[in-house]
Amino acid sequence: MKNQDANNHLLAELSGASKRFGKIVALDSLDLEVRPGELLAVLGQNGAGKTTAISLLLGLEQPDSGTARLFGQSPHLIEGRRHIGVMMQEVFLAAELHVREQIDLVASYYPNPLSPEHVMQSTHTESLADRPYGKLSGGQKRQAQFAMAICGRPKLLFLDEPTVGLDVQSREVMWVTLRRLVHEGCSIVLTTHYLEEAEALADRVVVLAKGRAIASGTVEQIRALVVRKRVTCVTSLDLGQIAAWPDVESVTREQQRLLIATSNPEVVVRRLLAADANLCELEIRRAGLAEAFTELTQEAA
Amino acid sequence: MSSTYLEVGGGFSPSPAMSRLQILRAYLTEAKYESIRMLRMPSFGIPLLALPVMLFLLFGVLIFGKNVQGDPDAAKWLFTAFAVMGMMGPGMFGFGVSLAIEREQGLLKLKRALPMPPAAYLVAKMFMALAFGAMIMATMVAALPVGHVSLRAGQVFGVAAINILGTLPFCAIGLFIGTLATGRSAPAFVNILYQMMLHLSGLFYPLPKVLRAIRPIWPTYHLQQLVLWAGGTPTDGRPIVHAAVLAGLTVVLVALSVRRLVRIG
Repeated sequence: MKNQDANNHLLAELSGASKRFGKIVALDSLDLEVRPGELLAVLGQNGAGKTTAISLLLGLEQPDSGTARLFGQSPHLIEGRRHIGVMMQEVFLAAELHVREQIDLVASYYPNPLSPEHVMQSTHTESLADRPYGKLSGGQKRQAQFAMAICGRPKLLFLDEPTVGLDVQSREVMWVTLRRLVHEGCSIVLTTHYLEEAEALADRVVVLAKGRAIASGTVEQIRALVVRKRVTCVTSLDLGQIAAWPDVESVTREQQRLLIATSNPEVVVRRLLAADANLCELEIRRAGLAEAFTELTQEAA
Repeated sequence: MSSTYLEVGGGFSPSPAMSRLQILRAYLTEAKYESIRMLRMPSFGIPLLALPVMLFLLFGVLIFGKNVQGDPDAAKWLFTAFAVMGMMGPGMFGFGVSLAIEREQGLLKLKRALPMPPAAYLVAKMFMALAFGAMIMATMVAALPVGHVSLRAGQVFGVAAINILGTLPFCAIGLFIGTLATGRSAPAFVNILYQMMLHLSGLFYPLPKVLRAIRPIWPTYHLQQLVLWAGGTPTDGRPIVHAAVLAGLTVVLVALSVRRLVRIG
């Protein structure tokens, strides 16, 4: 069975991969795996090693130690790369070529590509077809690059910050496309600064800091790593007074509301209610991925 | 077919093979778009295509036309000088400078990550330079009747063929510079070398003794001697030696550059 086969293989894998550039350690014995049919979000601050990790998987850089494998083989072999699509962050494509021509060119590298027309239809880029790439806006360039990335019917898609510069509507369109691709069995490795993007799309998240994976799991699991919760309410109590309570980590005021961070919300809420009979709009929230991310990366630093 | 969206294949399956025809198509597509985009760049295409024939008409016909009318060897000399000059541009500027810029701007990196056939990128640039060389040569040949240059049909063919092939050593020089230099410094390096090869190799005028002695270090000198030989003019040294020098230079520079490109990009 094809499915069984799929479960026995990782599409891409770094094991114990280290890479330094001069004195800077970009990756420090990193293990990373991409499983069939998942959308893996790689998060991390600038310089955490996200791009280096992707570069090793694409065969653009050699690990100093450890191994990088793509479809079970060296990423340098062209056969494995025929399964992938790539969208890079900093790339200037030939400004004089039209979008249809750019897609046609990339499609020629693949054994069984989609037609440029089909790709443009699926990515809503038909209106850009005959426009020179150099004349497109930043967001339109990202859309064209995305169309180029998927034209070879990839089994594994590498997307480095794909939605930077996109307006809300175009971002929604890309998210829908990504979900459909995953639904069809395509695996995606996504690096992003937008945590809500990872929250909305990812099956699994890996958080990198200083070249190491400091956390990995589902969005839920990453959130759960952070015990801190947020209590918000409207109250006449003094901010300084609450800040002095045990279990309260921080208090801030946002217009009329107080935002209290605590790892023990039950105790804090009981005390709040006791102290202020008129307290209203009480809300307790778990940490979002954004807070989890901030906390995790701060710990690592 | 319409029920699926992009028809991507999930999971793990045997490596897809590409037929020879598909790989050939990838090479041709790359070469086609490389040429198209250079033609769409007026700042690149127009000077490269028009300058050699315009300068030949200016110097060979308007200014020195009377002088060379009675001196067939001088007429051929001027013609070959501008033809050789025409072959330098596509390789050095079109190949070299564009490579340096594209390396810097990440295009080469993207192509290395994609399953582009490994040599397609460089072969496309070489094809582009040969195509430009052929177009430039066509404009030069078209100007022959007014240039007082007497060549038989066979000689015209030989001169054109050798000249067009002569773009290759300049591609190799462009490749070498484009591999080492940054996008901003490459035009400067290429320009300096271009001017030196143009003026220090005795392409247009006789050189003082010291410079004459070192002419053989310039590929332009060897190419002009070969083209003069094809046009039936007495030359320095043996044609086979000139051809060997140009071929050797090309092979060495390509080997050094490719080694570096594969390792560093």
